Amino acid sequence: MNARTLSAEKSAEAPKISVKDLSFFYGKFQALKSINLEIPENKVTAFIGPSGCGKSTLLRIFNRMYELYPEQRAEGEVLFDGENLLTSKKDVALIRSKVGMVFQKPTPFPMSIYDNIAFGVKLFESLNASDMDERVEWALRKAALWTEVKDKLNQNGASLSGGQQQRLCIARGIAIKPEVLLLDEPCSALDPISTAKIEELIAELKTDYTVVIVTHNMQQAARCSDYTAYMYLGDLVEFGVTKELFFTPKRKETEDYITGRFG
Amino acid sequence: MSAVMLDPRLEKFRRRKRMNRIALMLSLAAMSFGLFWLAWILWETIRLGLSGVSLATLTMMTPAPNEQGGLANAIYGSFLMVMLATCIGTPVGIMAGIYLAEYDPKGWLASLTRFVNDILLSAPSIVIGLFIYAVIVSRFKSYSGWAGVLALALIVIPVVIRTTENMLLLVSSGLREAAYALGAPKWKVVTSITLRAARAGVVTGILLAVARIAGETAPLLFTALNNQFWNSDMSQPMASLPVTIFKFAMSPYENWQQLAWAGVFLITLAVLGLNILARVLTRNRL
Repeated sequence: MNARTLSAEKSAEAPKISVKDLSFFYGKFQALKSINLEIPENKVTAFIGPSGCGKSTLLRIFNRMYELYPEQRAEGEVLFDGENLLTSKKDVALIRSKVGMVFQKPTPFPMSIYDNIAFGVKLFESLNASDMDERVEWALRKAALWTEVKDKLNQNGASLSGGQQQRLCIARGIAIKPEVLLLDEPCSALDPISTAKIEELIAELKTDYTVVIVTHNMQQAARCSDYTAYMYLGDLVEFGVTKELFFTPKRKETEDYITGRFG
Repeated sequence: MSAVMLDPRLEKFRRRKRMNRIALMLSLAAMSFGLFWLAWILWETIRLGLSGVSLATLTMMTPAPNEQGGLANAIYGSFLMVMLATCIGTPVGIMAGIYLAEYDPKGWLASLTRFVNDILLSAPSIVIGLFIYAVIVSRFKSYSGWAGVLALALIVIPVVIRTTENMLLLVSSGLREAAYALGAPKWKVVTSITLRAARAGVVTGILLAVARIAGETAPLLFTALNNQFWNSDMSQPMASLPVTIFKFAMSPYENWQQLAWAGVFLITLAVLGLNILARVLTRNRL
């Protein structure tokens, strides 16, 4: 229908992250094949595709998480505000302070709810006690968790339910005020009610942050993202405005996947 | 009709039930065999030891044959040497364990360390005692508390290395990644996140190491030797419970034998207490 191209979108929105010719290897196995894509600022971009298509791999390049494992390497360019993340001389900790990440399984740190939030903040800022209290409350409110935990901030983070733990992890991620928030299947371990809460949260977060979400759940991508990328076996098959990709996919493979006819 | 069809299934089901009963009986027998000796040991220890324990045991020095006395100097010597050996061995063990689990798990130095550690872990304690005798005691021409401490520390280190490494490896990589994702530097991730998550297990390892050295005789026989008197000078020979038990139990004097049983009772009690504490600590976590 409306045949907007990738470049047309580019001019409409300033890209926060531009991926150019990006390939990725786990040892000898090539997991990503020359990916090109632009992630617009203050929007929600979803990566969908079957297991093993490389969507989580792509996400983990944006904060250089793959560097923890010596046998993994990336080739190409990932421009973050114009600077190539892959060759940046900046300390990787500074990059990660701007690109936060929430993982599939909730990972509360073995400390109190309050300290779970304060841990990351203390790494980059020296706040006095009342400023820190304020920041913790702000982050927990933002993650829609404040009313549930405000009376038990000293309890261990692991004492919360799974859905609360995941919102705690989101609060922890936004407490350090990053510019981009990466969500790696944040709802896959959660019940529908917790999922709905987190989806609402994502919609609110995009006013301040650029959000990238990897999801197995196509309805979730359709519900809460502005742009969607469909990936398959390490290739970016199609990338565009979510509504267009779901209602009028340009590629046959995309259509097969989103209509469930994927073989 | 249906009974005919079910028969082979029922037969198989009955056979499975029979097998289950036999396996259950065998494992119960194995358990009671182990428990029988354990209970007997505990019973004899309590029966013969408890009657020998009195206030004098805790306050008086080890006596000459057929005189009144206690185990105060031996208890104190054991306490001092075990505590110092733990203080020396624990930091070394924890730091080496952190290196193996977090810094270079696959490097050649780690493989070498693991190999040497395994040897040290299974080395007979008498070999460690003789080693310290050759290196320290014969060089300084004196048995001493310090030599005993070093021998015990050499037993603590491999135990703590092993448990620390294993407990750190149990911490999920997700937790580690989550900490790195916030921009935390490596030392901070290790000290605040992974070591903290593994804390209960690491403490358990230390307690088990303490329990082990509390009852070791061989490494002290050639190093700290023994002392009839109250002694706080670590450069002098020092009494300890296990060596005193060894000496008194082998003697023909009745009062010494009685004190040996009292010492066995006290050590058993302490080791049992440490083991229970270790159990309680791991139950709440992991």
